[in-house]
Amino acid sequence: MLLQVSDLTVRYGRTIQGLADVDVDVPPGSVTAVLGANGAGKSTLLRAISNTLPLHRGKVTSGSITLEGRDLAKLDPAEIVMAGVVQVPEGRQVFTTMSVEENLRAGGLIVAKEKREPARDRVFELFPRLAERRTQRAGLLSGGEQQMLAMGRALMSSPRLLLLDEPSLGLAPKMITLIGEIIREINAAGTAVLLVEQNAAMALKVAEDVVVLEVGRLALKGRAADVKDSPELAALYLGGHGDSQDDTLSESAEGTDAEPATPVARRTLSKWQG
Amino acid sequence: MNTFIQVMVNGLGKGAVYALLALGFVIIFKASGVLNFAHGSFVLLGGYVAVRTQDDLGFTVSAILGVATAGLGALFIERVLVARRPLADPIALALLTIGVDVILTEEIIRRLGVELPFLGRPYDGKPIQVGDITFFRTQLIALAVGAVLVTLFFLAFRLTGWGVAMRAQAENREAAALMGIRRGRVTAAAWVIGGVLAGVAVLFLATQDFSGSGLSRGTHAIALVAFPAAIIGGLDSTEGAIVGGAIVGLTEALSAQYISFEFSKVAVYVVMLTVLIVRPSGLFGTRERTRV
Repeated sequence: MLLQVSDLTVRYGRTIQGLADVDVDVPPGSVTAVLGANGAGKSTLLRAISNTLPLHRGKVTSGSITLEGRDLAKLDPAEIVMAGVVQVPEGRQVFTTMSVEENLRAGGLIVAKEKREPARDRVFELFPRLAERRTQRAGLLSGGEQQMLAMGRALMSSPRLLLLDEPSLGLAPKMITLIGEIIREINAAGTAVLLVEQNAAMALKVAEDVVVLEVGRLALKGRAADVKDSPELAALYLGGHGDSQDDTLSESAEGTDAEPATPVARRTLSKWQG
Repeated sequence: MNTFIQVMVNGLGKGAVYALLALGFVIIFKASGVLNFAHGSFVLLGGYVAVRTQDDLGFTVSAILGVATAGLGALFIERVLVARRPLADPIALALLTIGVDVILTEEIIRRLGVELPFLGRPYDGKPIQVGDITFFRTQLIALAVGAVLVTLFFLAFRLTGWGVAMRAQAENREAAALMGIRRGRVTAAAWVIGGVLAGVAVLFLATQDFSGSGLSRGTHAIALVAFPAAIIGGLDSTEGAIVGGAIVGLTEALSAQYISFEFSKVAVYVVMLTVLIVRPSGLFGTRERTRV
């Protein structure tokens, strides 16, 4: 297993629980999707993997996160990036006052100088739009272009595992489709992807494995092909009327292999952060 | 007209020194989010080491020692007091620097006793006469040194990996961390640069030409003009620090010449208040935007 998250529990401050006993596995070269509504703990999971929880006054209270057996909890964010795990944070978070090229440079600072130019050329090949806008300030790019830049910036260090936090957020349907295709291309080039999404339709088209979180707990886990037909998914996540509901999601689920995890007692979402 | 040219050149020379101080203040603020009120004590620290060693080592070596000490002093404060508190409230850290400033300043003043030693032996008190115009050598050299250092800084800021890392961190600390940029290294380098610039500034501040006074509590008070310079330019703008320094230097020089010497110190704060009323974030500062 490339990434193994076992029995992970995260707290913010003393009282707010962000995650409770969550297990997520990412096999090498795969795309694994983490689905869940707002406050489900999806971003918390990525913060725990990248060890940026302290910036949000959170901490892992139990459980483990390993990359091919190496304990990531003992590494700082820079060491985790050097180990090959790079995150594209929610809301893109490109450096708006810097140019496209400077943003890519920032993403490649940890790799050897001679590798930076080939990496940038690969990014421009994957995102020709960025090559056209290379001298433009990132803050002036459209939402879709900023998402491309955030992904390109993360790819500058040639990660083994790419963590994507809601790449479809706020994008037009056409752009969401394009981002989905690009994720497939990145994966085809050998990079494993852990895709956190609210847009189940997009995520299920791209991912092989799926994990569904609900209010900080693992609610459902299985192969994407099975989960998308599971009534559990609609019940746990979409509530039967989610805006990303796909036709395929509402079909009958008899005979599927999705494994519902321990049933989660309904809680008020506002009690949770994530 | 000759007087005006003389006042402008001398004002710009003073402005270059203020710009170095303001730039150091802004760099530290951008990299670590800390309003460093100990900046004046870094000035005194560098100056103290320089005056104590200049008789034995000569001006150049003592100046380098003073500049290096100011940089290392700033690094020490950052490592011991700031780096260990990454989640501390910025106001608490600012108050901490006030404490550092009081301790460091009082100790240096105590050590100086009644002495008011001057710096800048090779250039101080040796004006240049061009026709009817008298230029102070200190201000001219300050202008040249300021121009070189500011140019070097901006080249490094734009072109080097450190510059990109610092700009990235200044804009978004979490995104920078997610790119593998080590926050500690960037902030440590920023504090060293801030200290070094303060150490360079004191070589011109504690002179007959600039302030008419040697190293003293007055030098610390003059160094505090870095704050209005940084505020006028915009606290998060390195370009603003340069412009702010020039505005403060020119305001001081012009008001001292054409209004009164006493009013010249007040004039700086009148300009600062005017700028804050018109542009609360300073001339080049980032405007605070809140989505409602």
